[in-house]
Amino acid sequence: MTVVDDRPETVAPAPRRRPNRLLALLRNSWRQLTSMRTALILLFLLAIAAIPGSVLPQRGISPEKVNEYFVDHPDWAPRLDRIGAFEVFGSVWFSAIYLLLFTSLIGCITPRLRDHVRTLRSRPPAAPKRMARLPQHTVMPAPPGGAAAIAAALRKRRWRVEVRGDEVSAEKGYLKETGNLLFHTSLIAVLIGVALGSWYGWSGNRLLVAGADNAFCNTRQQYAEAKLGPRVNSADLPRFCLRLDDFEARFLASGQPEFFNATVTVDGPDEPTRSADFSVNSPLRLNDASVYLLGHGYAPVIRYTDRFGNSQISDEPFLTTGDMGLTSEGLAAFPDANVDPATGQRAPDQQMAFTGIYLPTAPEQAPFVRSQYPTERNPALNLVAYRGNLGLDAGIPGSVYQLDQRQVRAGKVKEVGTKLLRKGETWKLDDGTTVEFLGTERYVTLSIRHDPGSTMLLVSCGVLLVGLMGSLFGKRRRVFFRVVPADPGEGSPTSGSSLMEVGGLPRTDYPGFADEFTQLVAAVSGAERAGAGADSADRAGVREGAE
Amino acid sequence: MSALSDNLVTFAILVYLVAMIGHAVEYALGNVRTRVATAAPARELVGAGGGVVPTPPAPVPSPPTVDRSAGRARLAGLIGVGATAVAAALHLAALVTRGLAADRMPWGNMYEFVLTVTFIGVAAWLVVLWKRQSLRKLGLFLTLVMVLLVATAELVLYVPIVPLVPALNSYWFVIHVSTIVFASGIFLFGVVPAVGFLMRNGYEQGKRSFPYTLAKRLPGAVGLERLTFALHAFAFPIFTFAVIAGAIWAEAAWGRPWGWDPKETWAFISWVVYAGYLHARATPSVKRNVATWIAVLGFLTMLMNLFGVNIFFTGLHSYGGLD
Ligand code: HEM
Repeated sequence: MTVVDDRPETVAPAPRRRPNRLLALLRNSWRQLTSMRTALILLFLLAIAAIPGSVLPQRGISPEKVNEYFVDHPDWAPRLDRIGAFEVFGSVWFSAIYLLLFTSLIGCITPRLRDHVRTLRSRPPAAPKRMARLPQHTVMPAPPGGAAAIAAALRKRRWRVEVRGDEVSAEKGYLKETGNLLFHTSLIAVLIGVALGSWYGWSGNRLLVAGADNAFCNTRQQYAEAKLGPRVNSADLPRFCLRLDDFEARFLASGQPEFFNATVTVDGPDEPTRSADFSVNSPLRLNDASVYLLGHGYAPVIRYTDRFGNSQISDEPFLTTGDMGLTSEGLAAFPDANVDPATGQRAPDQQMAFTGIYLPTAPEQAPFVRSQYPTERNPALNLVAYRGNLGLDAGIPGSVYQLDQRQVRAGKVKEVGTKLLRKGETWKLDDGTTVEFLGTERYVTLSIRHDPGSTMLLVSCGVLLVGLMGSLFGKRRRVFFRVVPADPGEGSPTSGSSLMEVGGLPRTDYPGFADEFTQLVAAVSGAERAGAGADSADRAGVREGAE
Repeated sequence: MSALSDNLVTFAILVYLVAMIGHAVEYALGNVRTRVATAAPARELVGAGGGVVPTPPAPVPSPPTVDRSAGRARLAGLIGVGATAVAAALHLAALVTRGLAADRMPWGNMYEFVLTVTFIGVAAWLVVLWKRQSLRKLGLFLTLVMVLLVATAELVLYVPIVPLVPALNSYWFVIHVSTIVFASGIFLFGVVPAVGFLMRNGYEQGKRSFPYTLAKRLPGAVGLERLTFALHAFAFPIFTFAVIAGAIWAEAAWGRPWGWDPKETWAFISWVVYAGYLHARATPSVKRNVATWIAVLGFLTMLMNLFGVNIFFTGLHSYGGLD
């Protein structure tokens, strides 16, 4: 495992005269940066730098939690914010660490790549004079074919072999360095894949209520929140539309979800028209976009009939509050209510809004604030009616899910009553207008994304794994054979044939080398010999030699 | 079936305790013996290592007691191993019954997860022990780790059986979680020879203060270090695969392969720390005990992911079942 540190110095000695200070400094810094030690330190820094990302709330993951943190720690939060603690993985210091690490990585693998290519093209070196000094050494009867037979036996075992007269050198396990280089190179490819995704990718989230009127088309404006990579503009988004036709959910008796399925109709210039199903874990794959099912809920359908007898319908989604029973909260706003049909005149103080809590399974008795089960076993809508100027015309962006509280506080919107409505029930307000709870539509929460780096990521992760295994489990080692004539004076059992002297050298930490060596030598020696007797004699010989 | 599983876990903890006591007795008796039998070689070793030569403890001059207590020490050690095997069988039975009761793989929440990880750890230990019986004395540390982890799982993480939430209902669940469990189990086991090595190495260098003296009867430092490396090198690619499989699954389930959710963040931290260990070990200028400390650090980050993240943070991975 000392591949790097015993790499021969490849940097030419600096010229003696007029050493350029700056150049020397640069060269030294570069050498420092690309050393294993620096890589190690940077790896550590990377691990440590990631910790705050799990401890503190992160904007990219849970912006609400970051806001909460600001409220809870008004003194600390701004300071933490200044150093990027709420966006650790995009912060300057985190990026600096991994960019340095990857620079170090490139600086480290480039010379190794060059060396390795050279090694791959060179022949195994000549046998050392004194083989007895190698970690493994033995003397055995040589196979009848001499050096050629030895070489053939080694080749069959996929050693790289070089024959020089009576000597055979062989090497194996180049896979280790190949794998290592492949592994480190694919780390760079992974980083490039991530970068591609963030530059050329885009994503958006939105709620989609069932029904043809609520169909959604993939444009920038249709997203509540959308993130486009720096190299993407709105015109690049693929054009398709989605309509939610059906949503099916099954739950256990405890209320825990068990199964979801959304059925949509897809069409648009960039997509063939068709019906498609998707679910959690199996997103809808479109050309250049994927649609993920993240959540679901109910959109109460509320009809308001104003004093002129005009009806309007709201089916805005009510957002789930996070409990098992899918208790949901929302707003049905009718800014165009009470417009006089004769004059077309708006009465700005006659706009209507209803805030409400929707309970798919309401309890038997009050309080009606918490649903007991996620499906509609006993649906009830608890409404609060407001009349006045909703503030929607003022040009101040308001939420479609919440009543503008500034208008309430300013007295411009007044509460005019509260009522619990069952499905189909009508509530007559003080001014004779009516509101009806017609039923509900399902809605789904979708995340729609495109990540052009994902193929590159996947492929480079695969290569990374293969390389890693080669690197970890490959073992570089050399063996040398020298065929010598048997000493006729010694009267050995194999007199008449020649002997071979064998040495073995593991180039990496490899405790099992002795065993492999023993087996290899026995096999080579017995390569072209028949009979068990000869075989056992071989083994005895090995044992003696290995001592 | 579910109650049976809970009882089996309790029994397994008790039997691990018995195993631990067995190994501890072997240690205690072994120390009596070594005082006589190995005082001289120990001093030689220290001298050879160039460390400080401490005054050897006075030999106990009664050879008959020595022999008998050596036999008894061995017996206690073997009882420890036997009890570990029995406990592992109970542990496995607990997992199987839990899986049967839930009608799925028993990895649906953190309790089940830790239970499986620890089982892998003990199974790997028994396999290694089968091949290298000289390692038996590590059993004390292993059983200690087992008792602590399994008991913590039962006391802190326990949740009743519920089916999987839809997000977990995918074949990636089996691929991702089984490999994570397997790799984590090997990593957890890997800390045992790592700590053994750190103590033994100190001992061989002549340290005679408290934790090092425990290493007197451990196998040689070089072998422990090799085993530490072998286990980590084996587990690392599996862990890497598991993390990649997790990313593929996360892409399908949540729409992004990687989102720095606390669990993902800690898996990243563990991965980087273990990569650091492999690097450090491959760098000749870094001492082996420094490298091994990094492996221990890796173990701590794994613990953080197994227990800490589920207890302290919430994220998409919070299916631990704790409130
Ligand atoms: C992006 C950060 C890096 C990661 C995640 C990483 C990861 C790894 C891992 C897991 C191994 C173990 C494989 C093995 O032992 O064969 C390894 C080996 C190695 N790494 Fe890195 N590495 C990184 C950067 C670097 C850098 C910057 C250098 C050069 C200074 C480097 C040089 C090496 C070498 C020479 C080995 C082979 C050790 C051996 O002979 O076994 N790595 N690396």
